[in-house]
Amino acid sequence: MQIEKYYHKSDALVVGTGLAGLRAALALADAGIDTITISKVYPTRSHSVAAQGGIAAAIAHASDDSTELHMWDTVKGSDFLGDQDAIEMFVNEAIKTVYEMEHMGVVFSRMPDGRIAQRRFGGHSRPRAVYAADYTGHVLLHTLFEQCIKKKVRFFNEFFVLKLVLRDDGVVSGVIAWDIRNGGLHIFNAKATLFATGGFGRAFKITSNSFTNTGDGLALVLREGLPIEDLEFVQFHPTGLYRLGILVTEGARGEGGYLLNGKGERFMERYAPERMELAPRDVVARAEQTEINEGRGIDGKDYVYLDLRHLGAEKIKERLPQIRELAMNFLGVDPIEEPIPIQPTAHYQMGGIPTTKRGEVLGDGKTEIIPGFYAAGEAACVSIHGANRLGTNSQQEAITMGRISGQAMAEFVKKAALFPIPKEAVEEAEAHVRKYLEGKGSVRPFELREKLHEIMTGKVGIFRNEKDLSQAVKEIRELEEEIHHIHVEDKGMKFNLDLQEALETENLLVFSEVIAAGALNRRESRGAHYRVDYPKRDDENWLKHTLAWKTPEGVRFDYKPVVITKYQPQERKY
Amino acid sequence: MKRKFKIFRYDPEKDRKPYYKEYEIEIEDGWTVLDALNYIHWYVDGTLAYRRACRSEICGSCAMRINGKNRLACKTQIKTLGKGTIKIEPLPGLPIIKDMVVDMDPFFRNLEKVKPYFIKYSPLPEEEQLQTPEERDLINEAAMCILCGACTTSCPSFWANPDYLGPAALLKAYRFIFDSRDEGGKERLEIINDRNGLWRCHAIFNCTEACPKDINITYYIKKLQNLAVNNQF
Repeated sequence: MQIEKYYHKSDALVVGTGLAGLRAALALADAGIDTITISKVYPTRSHSVAAQGGIAAAIAHASDDSTELHMWDTVKGSDFLGDQDAIEMFVNEAIKTVYEMEHMGVVFSRMPDGRIAQRRFGGHSRPRAVYAADYTGHVLLHTLFEQCIKKKVRFFNEFFVLKLVLRDDGVVSGVIAWDIRNGGLHIFNAKATLFATGGFGRAFKITSNSFTNTGDGLALVLREGLPIEDLEFVQFHPTGLYRLGILVTEGARGEGGYLLNGKGERFMERYAPERMELAPRDVVARAEQTEINEGRGIDGKDYVYLDLRHLGAEKIKERLPQIRELAMNFLGVDPIEEPIPIQPTAHYQMGGIPTTKRGEVLGDGKTEIIPGFYAAGEAACVSIHGANRLGTNSQQEAITMGRISGQAMAEFVKKAALFPIPKEAVEEAEAHVRKYLEGKGSVRPFELREKLHEIMTGKVGIFRNEKDLSQAVKEIRELEEEIHHIHVEDKGMKFNLDLQEALETENLLVFSEVIAAGALNRRESRGAHYRVDYPKRDDENWLKHTLAWKTPEGVRFDYKPVVITKYQPQERKY
Repeated sequence: MKRKFKIFRYDPEKDRKPYYKEYEIEIEDGWTVLDALNYIHWYVDGTLAYRRACRSEICGSCAMRINGKNRLACKTQIKTLGKGTIKIEPLPGLPIIKDMVVDMDPFFRNLEKVKPYFIKYSPLPEEEQLQTPEERDLINEAAMCILCGACTTSCPSFWANPDYLGPAALLKAYRFIFDSRDEGGKERLEIINDRNGLWRCHAIFNCTEACPKDINITYYIKKLQNLAVNNQF
């Protein structure tokens, strides 16, 4: 089979066109840098578009908020695993980010006097979420896309990256990608490459994430022998539509929505008496799962209710129109009339590719900067979110870190040389697709995915224990063997969805082992990582970040200290 | 319950011309057309091609023609489609790449023509530009567009003339021209005040009917036509 090859050069390369990728591309374009973006999808299909509730910034329009409070809430929300130097920078930059996005034309919701409105969100002690009804991610992403059009960013849409090119001399000089639309290998050679490849929710059975969120960036990085940080911290969002996992924004509780169990109780009273439904997501998701596990779900089943009825029709229509539409269409429930059946849904990865505060990727996870390689957004770990992210901090992180990383890249590119892509890298990428296009296996990609979903949701979910986790690691490793027997039915070059799913499935397996092994390794409970056999946070042994490498023998671990500047760890109560 | 799907198939690498293939599958209550396509792709025919991403009506990937109407597959509940065979085809009026996958580039190129971005010449304030809720209300609905292409590819004027900017691009122009903060209205209006722009809309309302976000696109195009006639800039 003939596989054509095409060569491209640019100063900067951005992989992923969600909020982080597009903001970085814009920063590069603003600095006059020739920039190419690569995405599996058209930019406006990126999963950032589905973010709903808001973007955090202490602009203090609706309260006496301050950056100090935003920092404290984020540190406490992270269960003290967030790096405080990064968080401090983040909360200050966040304000600039909001005004900058407004200056690009974002249609934020407004107060009667014309200033930007703010609403409450979980774990934030002040109404800090800047929003556009319940489609904030949509308007932010479209606005950045529009600005990138204005600045003539070069988009390569519907390209699937097969390989990160990390040269023997330790320099990253681009990527090799598959043209989804037409087939063929495209070799993108650049002075600097940014990964803004998003999250990994599709490793789980119930997830809020798009089909595209298969953690490809993580797998590409692990394959090059580089480490990933804190991947065991998986955020389960408390309100996914029952059985589907589709997101119902925390803004619904921010506007005053209640959570009810099968007995009609606002059960959060027992778990977070002060903050109730607006405790952080790890706390609320565990509370829900406890109610369900102890038989207090609705009719004893595996869901509870999100009740918005008391908010009234007008507020629901004005502030939560998308939620209403989704509940009506997918569950046949009008939230004005009935409570919405919901359950926790895999939502966000706190961990990721370890970077500096400028988005530079760390080759050893600690101090060693890889020339020409950057990461930002959900794919990266700075670490701003530590063990648990607060709602609205992710859109903020994506845009803020996208900008900062893009600016850092622009500076780098102006001084850097272009290092060629070794032909071995091209051969490796070609072999990777040929394995699937020419293979004669018998396992369908989706069979493997379904097996993985069962393992991840069943054994690496909200409540974890030694036995399940060791079983999960073993089973995922077995699946990794099975990938070599995969059967791709479609052998064509054009829009081969079957091939793409096989490649994605392999990626899912590569990093899922790291999630499960990391969770097994961390014998404490912190933030979103909860071990029923080690239910307490253990600062003496575990106040540190996990760094994980893939090896043929299994996952290898190392650690690095948490940066603590202002706030010493203390008990976390809500 | 068993349901029959009659699906448009065309792979230019091996098919001389398009054809329809029937699939009969067991569906579950609450399934959308996207769920059915996924099922067919995963368990019946791995060669089937279509686009999908968010599966929650916001990314705009999965617009296609379902029983003769442009809709989002992820938003279309199978139970709303009556009892007969369900016919699934690509969006009309765009080049076909394979099966339900069309080339969206012409659609995005039309969008780019209307300067689809915020324009400001006056100095910006340090903080936000003020905009009252009433001013924002003028563009709120238009800003909800997900660029799925269902509107433009439902428009007979677009089918007849691919140079017509089409409803989606015009809606984007509206979103900025009627934004109280924007200063590019006049230059944008000059672009769309053209026989391949505003004046190719004959108020057939197909776009409004096709819009999965229920945006009254024809109404906004009419407002732009009024503006152009009265030359208020």
